[in-house]
Amino acid sequence: MLNQSIFRSAAADPRSPSAFATCGRYAGIYVALWRNSLVREMGFQANFLFWLFVELLWFALQLGFNSVIYLHTDSIGTWTKWEVVMLIGASHFIQQLFQALFLVNCAQLSELVHTGRMDFMLLLPVNTRFLVSVRHVDLGGFFSAASGLAVVGYAAHQLNVSPSLAQMLAFAALCVAAIVVHYSLMFFMATISFWTVRAQGLVMAYYNLFSIARIPDAAFRSTLRVIFTLAIPMLLVASVPVKVLVDRLDSPWEIILMLAMTLMCFLVSVLMWQLALRRYSSASS
Amino acid sequence: MSIYWQILNIGIQNTLVYRVNFLARALFNLVPLVAFIAMWRAIYAGKTGDVSGYSLTAMISYYLLVTIVEAMTSVTEDDWQIAADIKDGHLSQFLTRPIDYLHYRFCLFCSGRSVYTVAAAAPVALFVFMQREHLVAPPSGTAFGCFLLSLALSAVLQFLLSYLVAMLAFWVLEISTFAFILLAFERLASGQMFPLDILPQWLSQAVMWTPFPYAVYFPVSVYMGKTTGIALAQGLGIQLFWVVATYALARLVWSRGLKSYTVVGG
Repeated sequence: MLNQSIFRSAAADPRSPSAFATCGRYAGIYVALWRNSLVREMGFQANFLFWLFVELLWFALQLGFNSVIYLHTDSIGTWTKWEVVMLIGASHFIQQLFQALFLVNCAQLSELVHTGRMDFMLLLPVNTRFLVSVRHVDLGGFFSAASGLAVVGYAAHQLNVSPSLAQMLAFAALCVAAIVVHYSLMFFMATISFWTVRAQGLVMAYYNLFSIARIPDAAFRSTLRVIFTLAIPMLLVASVPVKVLVDRLDSPWEIILMLAMTLMCFLVSVLMWQLALRRYSSASS
Repeated sequence: MSIYWQILNIGIQNTLVYRVNFLARALFNLVPLVAFIAMWRAIYAGKTGDVSGYSLTAMISYYLLVTIVEAMTSVTEDDWQIAADIKDGHLSQFLTRPIDYLHYRFCLFCSGRSVYTVAAAAPVALFVFMQREHLVAPPSGTAFGCFLLSLALSAVLQFLLSYLVAMLAFWVLEISTFAFILLAFERLASGQMFPLDILPQWLSQAVMWTPFPYAVYFPVSVYMGKTTGIALAQGLGIQLFWVVATYALARLVWSRGLKSYTVVGG
């Protein structure tokens, strides 16, 4: 059994330096983790290229599905074909950035718990959540994200919209918020493994859940719309950034709602993480 | 035979441990279907007439049936486990025992499917119940009988396809990329995401030359009475052909694979 006080001493640097120095220290750690990931990735170059291909294939599949749908209709709710293409592109962009930065780490959390390797993470003199969240960087994700952004650009061209600098900045900021939502929800699901020990199929659950972000929000009505906006904000993460880009927000409140939901998701995941750590009781040894 | 009966039994007991996991998985698998149905409702609301002969009710029926077929037949972890057996050298124990590995895995697949079907029954039934006015009955008893037959063949076919991909573990370190490529083709070409006959004709005809439609689309179309008479008999024949062909290929790849199989350590 690990003592509670260990968590606290692990979370805070014993010398309690200034905030500036702490940031610098974490940046240094993060750079080292990046370098580490890069070196490991270069060891499996063929695998790296294969994964890029798989991601592109899945992306093409989603776009193909959309083309099939629009063979039979002119709009889904209020969304036209190229708007949905942009939505799929933006959703892919966000998802791939999340995948590059956090997905593997979240997926491995249950492994850390069930092998008891979490002990070592808790004993290291850095914030444990920071460490388990960012240990690995999946560099392929950045390449795939670029393909998503390219599709967003092409769709904008087809739609004849040329967003202003302010719109693009807002799009970028909302994408960051969306990544935080992805991360918070996935981290939340992963912490459940502290109770169940094994969380098989977690990644599949993630893909299934986030597939909703690619469907136009106008398709959902009543109960479903409320659930996927206010409980699991899938209908905000990709559609609000796209609406900003094509300038068709119903009201500026949509942006505020998305930011509020981002904050809430993150806070809930923090709460869950604290509960989970209290529950942790190592394995074997 | 009794050996395989025992394996089936043990398989069921082992997978029962993961029943909560299965329940969660079944719930999450419903999410994209909810989304698809919502999307089609919005599409039908904005237009008049059918989509390639599908009314809204028929379209929703199609997705409900896909959910049921998928719960009963799709492969979940088997390919990963087989690949792990090969890579970690667990295969060796089967080579010295009077058990056929393919049959052994098939028994485990069946036990996994039966536990999954039971675990998924409640959420799937609830989901279908909520849309019950859209679930059409099969047009005849014969259609339903043929549906059950093609359902069984579809399960065997999906198992064999995954088994084949897992066999790649004899030659490559990591099969996950291949497994995801197979999954992508299954998603698109099996009819999981949309009924294949809404595709342009040349494309749907081309897809019918692959084994994938016989995993999901074909059984569902039999149930819905879209495939009848000679086309039905022909379809069942082709489905059987794919099962036999993938089985033969699985045997061939297995014997090739064993030649390059090496166990490190003991």
